[in-house]
Amino acid sequence: MYKVEAKQVKKNFAHRKVLRDVSFALNDGDSLAIVGRNGSGKTTLLKILAGLIRPSRGKVIYSSPDGELDKKALRDLLSYVGPEMTLYDPLTAAENLRFFATMRGQTLSDSEIENILQDVGLYGRGNDAYGTYSSGMKQRLKYAVALLNKPKFLLLDEPSANLDDDGKKVVAAVIARQKKDGILLIATNEQGEYAFADHVYRLDD
Amino acid sequence: MPTTSIGLMTKLLAVLKKDLRCEFRTRYALNAILLFGVTTLTVVSFSIGQKSLQPAVYAALLWIILFFSAMSGLAQVFIREEETKTATVLKLTADPTAIYLGKLLFNLILLLILEIIIAPLFLVFTDAVVSEPLLFILILFLGAVSLAGATTLIAAIISKAGVKNALFAVLAFPILLPLLIGAIKATTAVFSTRASGFASISGEIQLLFGYAVVMITASLLLFEFVWDE
Repeated sequence: MYKVEAKQVKKNFAHRKVLRDVSFALNDGDSLAIVGRNGSGKTTLLKILAGLIRPSRGKVIYSSPDGELDKKALRDLLSYVGPEMTLYDPLTAAENLRFFATMRGQTLSDSEIENILQDVGLYGRGNDAYGTYSSGMKQRLKYAVALLNKPKFLLLDEPSANLDDDGKKVVAAVIARQKKDGILLIATNEQGEYAFADHVYRLDD
Repeated sequence: MPTTSIGLMTKLLAVLKKDLRCEFRTRYALNAILLFGVTTLTVVSFSIGQKSLQPAVYAALLWIILFFSAMSGLAQVFIREEETKTATVLKLTADPTAIYLGKLLFNLILLLILEIIIAPLFLVFTDAVVSEPLLFILILFLGAVSLAGATTLIAAIISKAGVKNALFAVLAFPILLPLLIGAIKATTAVFSTRASGFASISGEIQLLFGYAVVMITASLLLFEFVWDE
């Protein structure tokens, strides 16, 4: 069974305490919405969980049926989508997908790329540069990249940001699949997005 | 279904290909390096005029042009990842060793392009004479490998700082000083009409080769810690 455990995670920026003793444990099939007002530390917590920043104290442990996961193993099993990340503007959508697939140890054929783009509603736009996409289309392609490795741990920061109704349906499908196949963590302010998760962790408390 | 048997070589070549594609579609680093190199060379050639200088002065001028041109563009390989916020997804998906080696090769290609353009122009615009062309090419190549080896790691270190470009030159200069001294000495010998083949500069060649090996090995060992920080 796959598992993620946050143990008394604290984060300070200079003298400002952003996170205080955040603890929870999630197993396969669990989903958690991290909610709180602006500046409460939702994105910071998600970045700590993704391994992008270090906590001031406490730790995050990821484990598989074979035991605790190291950094390299976790890289193959975890994906993150957030507003503070982008793909390569000068590359086309297909080139971005091919590059990140190679980084994940995969080779994609043209038809596989078309299928992936179709799944996120970008069919026929594979040869357009990512930099020419609208913000909603960029968000969709980030989902396509995040799902390349069929992640066991999926971390989403404001998952519906910049998306239209069709885009929100794509996110809903991604979330439904993830809840079946792995562990899902969402950081959000949108009440509609709380409903996606089985558990809620409030950072304001 | 996608296949999943890709090794380090394929990954580092993918990083290199991605960086080359992005560079040739934006020409951000290449333009900076070449513009600086050609401008400095023009100023140097006008300043020298018709005067004939000592080989050591020509060698120093050539490496000053190459060094500062490199400083103006080589750091972009990591600065661009941070500034365009692509570093996040790269950190989450890619093997740090593949990233370092891919970017090292990218910087090496930029430096070789710079040298291929600047070195012949330098010889045309000044009275410097190369007595040992093959040795001159070897010195330029080893100098480029060493410069790329050291500056790629420094670029990763400074990419998160505030005043990136100034910090890059400040951090790089003391580390690159032994390389510059060795390269200038070796180039002085091949600019001299009394050059006596490989034996006369074997010490400098060994220094350049050893410097490149040490810098690349140390960078490979340290890069993961710098990248994850």
